Amino acid sequence: MVGLVLPRLVAVSAAYRRSVSVAERNVAALKAVYWLLLVSGFVEPLLYLLSIGVGVGRLVGDLTLPGGAVVTYAAFVAPAMLASSAMSGALSETTFNFFGKMKQMKLYDGVIATPVQPFEIALGELLWAMLRGSAYSAAFLVVMVVMDLTTAARALVAFPAAVLVGFAFGALGMAITTFMRSWHDFDLMAAAQFTLFLFSGTFVPAESYPVALRWVVEVTPLYRAVHLVRGVSVGAAGWEWVLDVLYLLAAMALGLLIASRRMGRLLYG
Amino acid sequence: MKRFGDFTAVDGIDVEVRAGEAFGFLGPNGAGKSSTMRMIGCTSPPSGGELRILGMDPVRDGPAIRARLGVCPQLDNLDPDLTVQENLTTYARYFGISRRVARARAAELLDFVQLTERADSKVEPLSGGMKRRLTIARALVNEPEIVLLDEPTTGLDPQARHLVWERLFRLRQQGVTLVLTTHYMDEAEQLCDRLVVMDGGRIVAEGSPRALIDRHSTREVVELRFAAESQEAFAGKLDGLGERVEVLPDRILLYVPDGDAAVTEVGERGLHPANVLVRRSGLEDVFLHLTGRTLVD
Repeated sequence: MVGLVLPRLVAVSAAYRRSVSVAERNVAALKAVYWLLLVSGFVEPLLYLLSIGVGVGRLVGDLTLPGGAVVTYAAFVAPAMLASSAMSGALSETTFNFFGKMKQMKLYDGVIATPVQPFEIALGELLWAMLRGSAYSAAFLVVMVVMDLTTAARALVAFPAAVLVGFAFGALGMAITTFMRSWHDFDLMAAAQFTLFLFSGTFVPAESYPVALRWVVEVTPLYRAVHLVRGVSVGAAGWEWVLDVLYLLAAMALGLLIASRRMGRLLYG
Repeated sequence: MKRFGDFTAVDGIDVEVRAGEAFGFLGPNGAGKSSTMRMIGCTSPPSGGELRILGMDPVRDGPAIRARLGVCPQLDNLDPDLTVQENLTTYARYFGISRRVARARAAELLDFVQLTERADSKVEPLSGGMKRRLTIARALVNEPEIVLLDEPTTGLDPQARHLVWERLFRLRQQGVTLVLTTHYMDEAEQLCDRLVVMDGGRIVAEGSPRALIDRHSTREVVELRFAAESQEAFAGKLDGLGERVEVLPDRILLYVPDGDAAVTEVGERGLHPANVLVRRSGLEDVFLHLTGRTLVD
């Protein structure tokens, strides 16, 4: 038994160690200019929260959620902003930057000559993306607590939920990026990302959409992410969050699998 | 064997590289050298045939083999976001080398390739020769048993080439196995114990540089240049001189055992070339004889 399990464990820990070394490279490459970029990723959802959540919220008034809870419009929008900032934080690393490293810098051509394998590169880049995504989420949760849009206890639970959201989108983004032919293709992705951002129950409850459209919306990843984070931060009842978590875990696994397969094919020519 | 769709880049080659030797793949562009190197480096699975590296299967044991290889690719793929030193330490981390050891080894290697003064510089402002040396240093960061060098000195100035040769020679003395590709004949003669000449994905000759010259060329070559428009007119008058007569647009080459005797014979036939050069036969003569003078790309 030990003879069977031990080599596996050693193999897994070596793979994890190699993934971390890929993430480490990005820490080494982190330079002063980059910090400004990092800050912008945090400011964007905050501006949406203030302008629409608080500003438009004055005109909208309070909302009654499906569970019966009554919340201010800002408290309704804030979790959605948290989920979408977790999404865009992870995506910016695993799409744009990932594409640059793979296609333009040919960085991985050098990496695959070492024991590091495509799956480990994918996982390493995702870990790094999540370091960035998690920082956004934590900062945004602090803002939410300060503005009294959620409680500190709920924020603590919402944090891992937001991290999961980042992992799922990061992996999906990476998988999609392996199919990109040039920088032009990112325009399409940006359009898709913005559409998700607008129509995932972010600013308007999905219940208010026509039934057919609502079904479409409810199977998209950002809807599930918003649903999960909102459920945690305003405290909705029910077990639907289990579905959200499973959905996001599956999305992450699928994304990683496709990304590493595609990378294998692209890199091992 | 390596196929890309319908194109067969490497068409069944049979070579064995012994531990500790310097082995070269020679050939014109497109001969299949780089494809072969990538297969040996376990970053390109063979489409057929059998390949063993360090006694292991490259498809199944890729990571274990790569842990013991150093690879210097044809095009430098250094990390432009990192400094010279970080390029080495980061690469060492991919091999699971501890940070402390990585730093020590980076310092040693920078000294070895004479880049210590540029340790904190970015990669981009480095000269071609410096980048090449850094890539070679990077290939040594895991103390490999085999180092694969794909055209290690292409594009370098003579000073840089000689420095690289000298470092590679020292590596070989330390018992490291070198496998390299080149289309520089002097490089092959300098560095390789044994080499194969590849053309069109096949091996056309194999042996030590000296043995290849003995087998595929004569001891000496006489180069004659006639003052006329066309050298062609004189070719007929040189029949039977030496083992082979090759007519080029600007000169005629006579492959002979004794150059001076051949020059005398040319004079006795009443021919007065404007320019005469007698030289020893080199690997370049073998190479051109075996792979032809036609440009392939």
